[in-house]
Amino acid sequence: MRGVTKRFPGVVANDHVDLDLRKGEVHALLGENGAGKSTLMNILYGLYRPDEGEIRLNGKPVSFGSAKDAIDRGIGMVHQHFMLIPVMTVAENIVLEIEPRKAGVLLDYDKAVERVREISTQYGLAVNPTAKVENISVGQQQRVEILKALYRGAEILILDEPTAVLTPQEAGELFSIIKSLQEGGTSIIFISHKLNEVLEIADRITVLRRGKMIDTVPREGATEEGLAKMMVGREVLLRVEKRPPQTGDVLLEVRELNVEDDRGLPAVRDVSFAIRAGEIVGLAGVEGNGQSELIEAITGLRRPASGEIAVAGRVVQHATARKMLDVGVGHIPEDRQRRGLVLEFSIAENIALHDYNKPPASRLGWLFPRRLVQRARGLIREFDIRGGGPQTAGGALSGGNQQKVVAAREVARDPKVLVAAQPTRGLDVGAIEYLHRRLVEERDEGRAILLVSLELDEVLSLSDRILVMYEGRIVGEHAGDVTEEEIGLEMLGARRKEPSPA
Amino acid sequence: MSEPLAPQHGKPPGDLAQAPPTTVASRLAAWQKAGGIVVPILTAVLAFLIGGLLVLATGHNPFQAYWDIINGAGLNWLAHPTNTDVANTAAYNFSQTLLQTTPLILTGLAVAFAFRCGMFNIGGNGQYLVGLYCANWVGISFVNMTRPAHVLLGVAAAAAAGAIWAGIAGFLKATTGAHEVITTIMLNWVAYWIGNYIFQQGGPLQGATNKPLNIPISGDVAQSARIPVFWGDADLQGLHIGFFFAILCLVLFWLILSRTTLGYEVRAVGYNPDAAAYGGIRVRVNYVRAMAISGAFAGLAGGIDMLGYLYHYGTTDVQAASIGFLGIAVALLGRNTAVGVGLAAFLFGGLLYGTTHGLQSGTIDPSLAGHLTEMIQGLVVLFVGADVLILAVWNSRRKIRRRQPTAQQQQQTAEAAS
Repeated sequence: MRGVTKRFPGVVANDHVDLDLRKGEVHALLGENGAGKSTLMNILYGLYRPDEGEIRLNGKPVSFGSAKDAIDRGIGMVHQHFMLIPVMTVAENIVLEIEPRKAGVLLDYDKAVERVREISTQYGLAVNPTAKVENISVGQQQRVEILKALYRGAEILILDEPTAVLTPQEAGELFSIIKSLQEGGTSIIFISHKLNEVLEIADRITVLRRGKMIDTVPREGATEEGLAKMMVGREVLLRVEKRPPQTGDVLLEVRELNVEDDRGLPAVRDVSFAIRAGEIVGLAGVEGNGQSELIEAITGLRRPASGEIAVAGRVVQHATARKMLDVGVGHIPEDRQRRGLVLEFSIAENIALHDYNKPPASRLGWLFPRRLVQRARGLIREFDIRGGGPQTAGGALSGGNQQKVVAAREVARDPKVLVAAQPTRGLDVGAIEYLHRRLVEERDEGRAILLVSLELDEVLSLSDRILVMYEGRIVGEHAGDVTEEEIGLEMLGARRKEPSPA
Repeated sequence: MSEPLAPQHGKPPGDLAQAPPTTVASRLAAWQKAGGIVVPILTAVLAFLIGGLLVLATGHNPFQAYWDIINGAGLNWLAHPTNTDVANTAAYNFSQTLLQTTPLILTGLAVAFAFRCGMFNIGGNGQYLVGLYCANWVGISFVNMTRPAHVLLGVAAAAAAGAIWAGIAGFLKATTGAHEVITTIMLNWVAYWIGNYIFQQGGPLQGATNKPLNIPISGDVAQSARIPVFWGDADLQGLHIGFFFAILCLVLFWLILSRTTLGYEVRAVGYNPDAAAYGGIRVRVNYVRAMAISGAFAGLAGGIDMLGYLYHYGTTDVQAASIGFLGIAVALLGRNTAVGVGLAAFLFGGLLYGTTHGLQSGTIDPSLAGHLTEMIQGLVVLFVGADVLILAVWNSRRKIRRRQPTAQQQQQTAEAAS
């Protein structure tokens, strides 16, 4: 790809980007959110057409009008969000659209299964062709996506943030798959913003920042610090610096809590733990093991089936969201767009979400918009929220700045307990650094912080204590210096198993 | 990229939000503002255009038809300030247009308020009717009251009746999850049949003098219950001060939504109930309350109509009532804002009165003329439903202008798909 430029209204997404991919190479594409990685790959995959520049394949200039053109020329892409049909089998998904047929119209299912077995053994990617996609694990679904691309003859494979959805063990398996594909001559473009992964798997690394190509460097000699600096454009503190915790009284105590999920099935089972002032307790676990329901119970958004929650020593009865807010629980929700913000509201209105009904925001039901704006202005400065002023709609901000609005609101209320659920999901290095530092600062202010994250790195680097949750139970408790592998095994219930359809 | 940024209205692709901040934010604001004014106007123009084509298809001159409607609505009064016969007729027509506009403002607000809380109140007509029945009953019953008290009691009863009627739908939504579109439609029918019952021969509200004559119409409300007329003659259906009350409600609507905590809750729930619940707002309570307020607007429309100029009502009137339904078109065209609802109500008020009587030139088939309003109403609802389509047309117009002569069609489709 030479001098590729793509403009969108108001922004240059790719500004004369060069990228060359050698046969059998793993080439990492590194950059923050909004750096233009996806745009570049969508151009290569035929979804966008470049405004300038050219793409050469084996030395010949090519022009893709659609993804189909790209697929025909041997380019495959595994999107971050899988494009599989859950109710169909693995084999059906893989052969979709170019299926072997009987009598011209009917699917020859046996032949499809056979072919999937063939390529599955050829590339060493074990899958069960007759399993339904909805019943297999995320890691396996990803393999199905990769096989789907290979089945279509992909020689160049684009993987968009492939490890974002995987456990450490699954990621390890993915890396060995990538290595074996590489040995077989497949070229791979690996999109990521995780530095350690990139250094582990890539032969060469291209860094994008704000649509511009910064550099392409070989793995040898590259360091996390150097890459982070290239990504962000300044020195970045990768390790969270924190002093040993100065713990105080127990501020949050959960006793034998049982919570049911939306279908009325037990999601949290007999969970008990306590968090003291001035400590960060990390809750590790694979998604869907009851963390969400636990958070919702603690924040009053879901009524527990049994058990007690005490804040600062007092048991909260009949908890509602409003009551938990009032007793001093702050909550950075895991999905800032669905729950953390009203995207149509201005920043000022979003910041008032918990206390719009109290002075000074309002009095006797009468709202004072100017006061909301004033307060927002102060917090925008304090939290370095960029991309707009108090009147800017929340939805117009970037993910990192949206999260800063949420964090600003929760911290400004001076809560005793702060529940931070996936506080850095989908954020870039700069924003992650900021939020991590801020969480440690809030800890040192004497708050009790419950950090729930699917990113094991994050849990390990921030937490003073770590709890591991599996199938609704706390299955392990560790001091902060535990290794990733130990926790990884506990997260999977000490052994690998397929998620049961519970 | 690594996060599924939900595409916002008219926002460039989500992963580009880190562009120079001022441009993206200001562009978004400007775009929304432009879309906010342009789309309703485009909608109305398109509806009138197609209405005109239909007139043309019947072999008449559409320009003549629309000119007749404008004159019939009394808009020529604005151009004839002198005291001539034309001016007198025009003045009367204009007062009648405002008389029609009054309930349309209120039923429009009813739909708009529920909409701002994320609900579609299709039951405006039923709420209008129950308000009207109550006002009729109060107006006939408490004959010894002073005029202001009697009027206020009647109007308040009407608003309360509408609030309860819509509140039922809100309550059902909050407790059982029953969809408000279904329940309000059903409640429309209940109100409809109640009207057919109470005004029929021997019905509880049939007028005493109408009983021996077998006329299914209520009695007239007492003089003390009639809203004072400030323009024209009360006996000739003059314009009553309820008109100002409707204007006041427009201001109230805006105040509630933008200056009270109640309005804050309504908007939060309307935009994102999950975030509202997380914020500590009781979402179910808001559903019931917003529906009740919505219904109060519609009930008020019925009460003001009854005490302002109708004075009595019959079963045939019940069967013909459509003011509440027209409120849907008013709210949609007015984009659920106070100013928009006011303007849209005036437009439909003019159409309603301008077509029912005023085609003086006689070139247009009267039955066609009468149905023109309904057609335009239907077209507006259709086009507002196709809001997205009109926006797409509007955007592609800009795109075409910008397009390089060498650029290919595929690029456009790729961009449109992104």
